[in-house]
Amino acid sequence: MALPFATSSSATAAPGNPLLSFSSSISPSIPALPSRCLLPRRSHSRTATVRAKIREIFMPALSSTMTEGKIVSWIKSEGDRLSKGESVVVVESDKADMDVETFYDGILAAIVVPEGEVAPVGAPIGLLAETEDEVALAKAKAQSPAQSRTAAVSASPPSPVAAAPVASPLTVPAEGSRKLVATPYAKKLAKQHKVDIGSVTGTGPFGRVTPQDVELAAGIQPKKPSPTPVAAPPSVSKGAAVTPVAEKAAAPAALPPIPGSTVVPFTTMQAAVSKNMLESLSVPTFRVGYPVIANALDALYEKVKSKGVTMTVLLAKAAAMALAQHPVVNASCKDGKSFSYNSNINIAVAVAIDGGLITPVLQDADKLDIYLLSQKWKELVSKARSKQLQPKEYNSGTFTLSNLGMFGVDRFDAILPPGQGAIMAVGASKPTVVAGADGFFTVKNKMLVNVTADHRIIYGADLAAFLQTFSKIIENSDNLTL
Amino acid sequence: MQGSISLSFSTPAISRSDPARFLVAGVGVTPEGVSFSRLQGQALRFCVRKFAGVGRSPHLVSSRKLCKKTLAAVTDNGSTGKGFDYDLVIIGAGVGGHGAALHAVEKGLKTAIIEGDVIGGTCVNRGCVPSKALLAVSGRMHELQSEDHLKSMGLQVLNHSYDRQGVADHANNLASKIRSNLTNSLKALGVDILTGVGTIVGTQKVKYGKVGTVDKEVTAKDILIATGSVPFVPNGIEVDGKTVFTSDQALKLEWVPEWIAIVGSGYIGLEFSDVYTALGSEVTFVEALDQLMPGFDPEIGKLAQRILINPRKIDFHTGVFAKKITPAREGKPVQIELIDAKTKEPKDMLEVDAALIATGRAPFTKGLGLESVNVTTQRGFVPVDERMQVIDTNGNPVPHLYCIGDANGKMMLAHAASAQGISVIETICGKVHVLNHLSIPAACFTHPEISMVGLTEPQAREKAEKEGFEVFVAKTSFKANTKALAENEGEGLAKLIYRPDNGEILGVHILGLHAADLIHEASNAIAMGTRIQDIKFAVHAHPTLSEVLDELFKAAKVTAGISRSVDEPVAV
Repeated sequence: MALPFATSSSATAAPGNPLLSFSSSISPSIPALPSRCLLPRRSHSRTATVRAKIREIFMPALSSTMTEGKIVSWIKSEGDRLSKGESVVVVESDKADMDVETFYDGILAAIVVPEGEVAPVGAPIGLLAETEDEVALAKAKAQSPAQSRTAAVSASPPSPVAAAPVASPLTVPAEGSRKLVATPYAKKLAKQHKVDIGSVTGTGPFGRVTPQDVELAAGIQPKKPSPTPVAAPPSVSKGAAVTPVAEKAAAPAALPPIPGSTVVPFTTMQAAVSKNMLESLSVPTFRVGYPVIANALDALYEKVKSKGVTMTVLLAKAAAMALAQHPVVNASCKDGKSFSYNSNINIAVAVAIDGGLITPVLQDADKLDIYLLSQKWKELVSKARSKQLQPKEYNSGTFTLSNLGMFGVDRFDAILPPGQGAIMAVGASKPTVVAGADGFFTVKNKMLVNVTADHRIIYGADLAAFLQTFSKIIENSDNLTL
Repeated sequence: MQGSISLSFSTPAISRSDPARFLVAGVGVTPEGVSFSRLQGQALRFCVRKFAGVGRSPHLVSSRKLCKKTLAAVTDNGSTGKGFDYDLVIIGAGVGGHGAALHAVEKGLKTAIIEGDVIGGTCVNRGCVPSKALLAVSGRMHELQSEDHLKSMGLQVLNHSYDRQGVADHANNLASKIRSNLTNSLKALGVDILTGVGTIVGTQKVKYGKVGTVDKEVTAKDILIATGSVPFVPNGIEVDGKTVFTSDQALKLEWVPEWIAIVGSGYIGLEFSDVYTALGSEVTFVEALDQLMPGFDPEIGKLAQRILINPRKIDFHTGVFAKKITPAREGKPVQIELIDAKTKEPKDMLEVDAALIATGRAPFTKGLGLESVNVTTQRGFVPVDERMQVIDTNGNPVPHLYCIGDANGKMMLAHAASAQGISVIETICGKVHVLNHLSIPAACFTHPEISMVGLTEPQAREKAEKEGFEVFVAKTSFKANTKALAENEGEGLAKLIYRPDNGEILGVHILGLHAADLIHEASNAIAMGTRIQDIKFAVHAHPTLSEVLDELFKAAKVTAGISRSVDEPVAV
């Protein structure tokens, strides 16, 4: 049985409304349904900035008890042209699998909820564009939530894959006009993780793209690929196919599993973090610590707290002001051969979020005042929470700030995210007995900051000078309000 | 004329679907011993009874006795009364020939079977039997691989692996075991096994022999051709048996390629995709038609694709021919040239580690000497009438010559061959028997299994259009079955296609756990002519998978007013 899918306004009202339970498609003579569905979607479009001609395909309510549905399969693929009445997607409810069909002609622009995933009734599962022109727009919209999920710790170049391999077909002209060869599962994975398979370099036999290549490109830990064993019995022959990549990956950590342990696979975000952390190992870093007297800062904070300014913003502002005087600390080393000086000072701030980590970016932190920055920060945090950060909002940082002071941590050491020159780790501001230059002991709020930097471009003296400036700014915090 | 038994041979072909024609034939020629294999409508059975009642066929009752009597004499002195070496010579000891031989012995016929290769034929040695061994492995592997599935049952499997040689041995051992069972059963029954290639040299005459030996000739009152089939390899495909191969070699499981293309998505291709994906291969299907699994009911095919293809490491190209397949050599992979099935334009080029050719099977009928009895094969198939009697070039039945199984191409299934063989023996013994092919079930042993009997929905609708009746469809899901849910195998569908006006079952299609075992309730009902309104009162143990069919019968809406028992006597 095929059911029309819920689009736009129809679905929002669906639960509990008998007319909208979609059993009505069995008697297609009901005239109200199609016309109602033809209404362009309004309510959600404001936040999603979608124009009227892109329709969201919703998880339909297939039964009165259904609260969520699983996408069994997409019958149509992205880019397919749909005509009214065609089955588009198969949805599994608590009762049965049903084909869901479209009421509209159009193009399936984007699949928001991929096969095998579950979505609550009424949630958008795909986007339907009316014309070719709107496909790109719809895609961009579909990607924003998807990308924030894959977001990395920081502004690593969006996809290392995209850049390099473009050249590869050109560099191997000896192979002639060889086309891309990818295995069935590799293609499936690429579709699932939205990896452009054309940009993946194949490492399999005859240069074909294997599932492991795609997983690598998508920044996922390869799942154990085939049914073959970790500890293979000696009798396993060549036929028992362990793919070489997997073998390599498994090799270093051949520790026996601890009985009773539970394996929880990474979420997309965790996988991205993991990938970035591994990448960071290729950068020669060093660390410089500095004690900063924070009394003035703490006093300022007390004053502006009521105006919605947070400590994070004050620290970001201070760091940005210091960076303005030390552009090399705001630079990065992209190719190992040169300095890349950034024209903007964008402070990425590490934020722990529901089992993951993301770095919303305060752009032009040196130029905006703390009140504007606070406002922006608030927006960024709420977007991060709802996983709606645009790529630019988490990967455009030029310097990262990480603060564990609120937990009482006195000092710690941060890992430099790939693509940046330095990261600052801020500890708690604690009352400490300090010997003054005049010989008197005083109690001052001391805060230890520790900067990790890429020594290819930033040297010890650079960091020392930067920290000195930073310290001065903190000690004369009133300047922050200027 | 040779008495009552052979009289019935000259009865013209009887179309079951055409009672009127039968009546004419019946009146014109004494319908000696005509017995129908049920399931023709009530009207037909009525006709038969009427004849019997009228007493037009005095030999009807005695014919079987007569047959036995003659043969009792045969077994005593070791030769037939009419000077033949055997009553029946069967060419080919596959499942069809074996089934026929067993039934022939039961009927008291002196029987010989000629086999040039190994006893058991394709099914036992290179087909259904070893593939079931591989599929038994793949079923368990698929289970072990679906961690979510196991986890939801509270099971944890830390590690699983397989030993290719062990799997291959399991298949091979099973084949030899079944083969020796078959051989022993033939020997125990006193069937003479004649070794060599059999050739018909004339009416009731067969020669056989191996290369390098002198051919021997035997005579038989009746000859049954059961030579089966071989894998069909389209032109342009080079089979080297190593990287490009057919099911014959694949079943030996000499290696497990990382990536295999399967040309053809019928039963064989689908079963092998189940095996190969379980063993870690990735699979690419190449299908000439626009749909995968073209032989299946479309709805079942669609669901099968969702369960058996999409979640697995399988992709496919449909609407394309594999124009040329070159085996891997000189450091190059297997290359497959795809052309558009309609426009014949080049479409794609695949490079894979191996290719399995599963494009169907071709009859193995060359060198049978059919020309000596004026028979021309059609695309290799031996033309037969509905009683499996061979038809000559002029369209007349060849006396004493029958052909069953893949060689006649009516229904290329092992159990169909066997059923046809039994039907022929019945006919030979004077009890003309017509097998209803629509009651023969078929199964594909993937995980979950697919099974079917009778018509598909489009076929049924076409028939209904032509004959002017209505077709209804009832469906039940395995999700609603307690046992299936207990097994955590709720995926699946059972579909009943029927006539609401009289409750006749036109077709049943099942996709789900143990579908191959479940289909027989439906196929038996079709064979017996049981109507839905009757079978729906039959009781099924709870909780069992068989309740899926119970649900199905109960879900059907039959408008036939009265429920009649099939075996109720009909007034004359």
